[in-house]
Amino acid sequence: MSKEPILKVSGISKSFGGIKALNDVSFDVHAGEILGIIGPNGSGKTTVVNCITGFVKKSSGHVFFRGKDISRKPPHKIADMGVTRTFQIMRPYYSLPAYKNLVVPLFSPRAKRTGGWRGGGRLGDRNTVGIDILEEIGFERDSYVPYKLAATLPTGYLKRLELARCLALKPEIIICDEIFSGLSMSEIASMVPLIERLQMDGITLIMIEHRLRELFRVTDRIMVLNFGKKLMEGHPKTVMANEAVKAAYFGSQTVQEVMDHA
Amino acid sequence: MTLPSEQERKERIDRGIKIRSDSIYAMMSHRELSYLTLPRLILIVGMLMIPLVIPSMYWQRVFTISCIYALLAISFDFLAHYVGLVSLGGAFFVGTGGYLAAIANTSLGLPPWLTVPLATLVGGGLCTLLLLPCLPLRGVYFAIVSLMYPLFLARVIEALDILGGTDGIMGIDSFPNHWVEQYFIICILLLILFGARRLVNMDIGLVLRGVKDNDQAIRASGISVTFYKSVAVFIASAMGCLSGACLVHIYMWSGISQFALDFSIIPIAATVIGGGGTLVGPLLGCLILVPISELLRDFGTLRIVFYALILVAFIIFRSEGIMVYGQRKYHQFERWIKY
Ligand SMILES: Nc1ncnc2c1ncn2[C@@H]1O[C@H](COP(=O)(O)OP(=O)(O)O)[C@@H](O)[C@H]1O
Ligand SMILES: [Mg+2]
Repeated sequence: MSKEPILKVSGISKSFGGIKALNDVSFDVHAGEILGIIGPNGSGKTTVVNCITGFVKKSSGHVFFRGKDISRKPPHKIADMGVTRTFQIMRPYYSLPAYKNLVVPLFSPRAKRTGGWRGGGRLGDRNTVGIDILEEIGFERDSYVPYKLAATLPTGYLKRLELARCLALKPEIIICDEIFSGLSMSEIASMVPLIERLQMDGITLIMIEHRLRELFRVTDRIMVLNFGKKLMEGHPKTVMANEAVKAAYFGSQTVQEVMDHA
Repeated sequence: MTLPSEQERKERIDRGIKIRSDSIYAMMSHRELSYLTLPRLILIVGMLMIPLVIPSMYWQRVFTISCIYALLAISFDFLAHYVGLVSLGGAFFVGTGGYLAAIANTSLGLPPWLTVPLATLVGGGLCTLLLLPCLPLRGVYFAIVSLMYPLFLARVIEALDILGGTDGIMGIDSFPNHWVEQYFIICILLLILFGARRLVNMDIGLVLRGVKDNDQAIRASGISVTFYKSVAVFIASAMGCLSGACLVHIYMWSGISQFALDFSIIPIAATVIGGGGTLVGPLLGCLILVPISELLRDFGTLRIVFYALILVAFIIFRSEGIMVYGQRKYHQFERWIKY
């Protein structure tokens, strides 16, 4: 791991009023890896995502993407560089059909730059590309699902739509905020190969997860947050054997379960 | 409240012809084709016929003014329902466009067919520039600032006695004759109406609707929310300035009454009555509301009371507006079903 990290988070802190949601958190992400971030509810995981992607202003600290300081950039500039994220609470355009939801990111400056599909700017183009991306992500092409209003789609599809929005930008990094939560076991089972394929395509992933068992299938390095502080990071097995981590997850039966599994 | 003994609800189903017309088959049958084109045709032919069937010059003028308001109402509806910006800027746009056209005509000696496009573009740019500071903010700021400017500008003109002061700018050229005036404005209105309907369904229109639906997702898509808000504000304020420019050539006069709040309020009321989000509804609302307001002119300030009553009645009984109701009846049938 001597290579320069693709994303370097260096000492970020964030307080909301008096609450210190993040306290001096630092970590590196290397190109092509999948980093897992876990921690109890309210430990600051979503705040980490918001700080990296510019959706909230950091109180202090820096974020470097490929060596460039992106700490002060607005969210759309950061996404434009290829650092994309999904939202834990899904944010589709409810009044548009699923495939039209993708026309919007495909209209972005980055998609216009990176998409090899720009074929004369005809109206129909983005619709077809949108449906292609949806198919890639698990919407059945010949069914009516891609054409349904986002407001009528079940959670599983909305989570996929979140991922699809990132993919439309041909991203370098995708930060998934609890993309498995709220899904059934079988839905997760069909998502896992998708995540693995994204990694094979060369996309770097940060996965924030509560579903530890599924997370440990795809990642081999995780970081634990507790009360806004970084508890530790390392291989899942060593991390879950740690007493402090066990204490943080006290009461949750998952630890033992996962230990058995790992 | 008493509970109904049997739970019933209304079920709405798309008419078969609507579903067929949505698909490619629409091209193959006269019935489907006319289902699609008839409403548009009625609107276009109707609008072009109205000046011919109206008996008096006076009411023809009222119709023209209704069209001017309709431009403002479409501009309001576009911003409110497709971008999520509630604008009270009607007066601001009319005043800016009006004074620009007046200056271009009297000082530069440009004819109406140059002053109108000039005032539209320059005015649109100017209004957008002045509204730019409040675009990154969410909430009521846009509404407040867009309402503040006309009040502010009217007072400035009054106090500094510039641009003709309280007397206004007189001696502005009229359109060549009243037929040209009427049909110019009707054609512009129809073009803008169909153009706006086209725009909101284009890819850029989807981005604008995304800004309204979910601006965080727009940001996460690498798109600047503020940039697209300003594009939308430019489009809407250019529409408003266009109507202001037409107005000064109709009245051959530009004064601080161009900044009157009527221009902000009536378009909103018309949108409520006509049906927000349809773009054509606000036009219909203006064709109803502006003539009524003329009829009530004799009542003086009591007009406001009638206005309020009409609005309240609409909000209570048909809160969706005429066009939303009409479109639903046209495209769907309803039946009561039991749970
Ligand atoms: N916008 C906000 N305003 C105030 N407090 C916030 C905000 N966002 C997060 N917090 C607080 O920061 C802490 C961390 O929240 P979050 O990052 O969402 O946790 P997690 O995603 O790990 O469940 C919580 O105590 C939460 O209440
Ligand atoms: Mg969270």
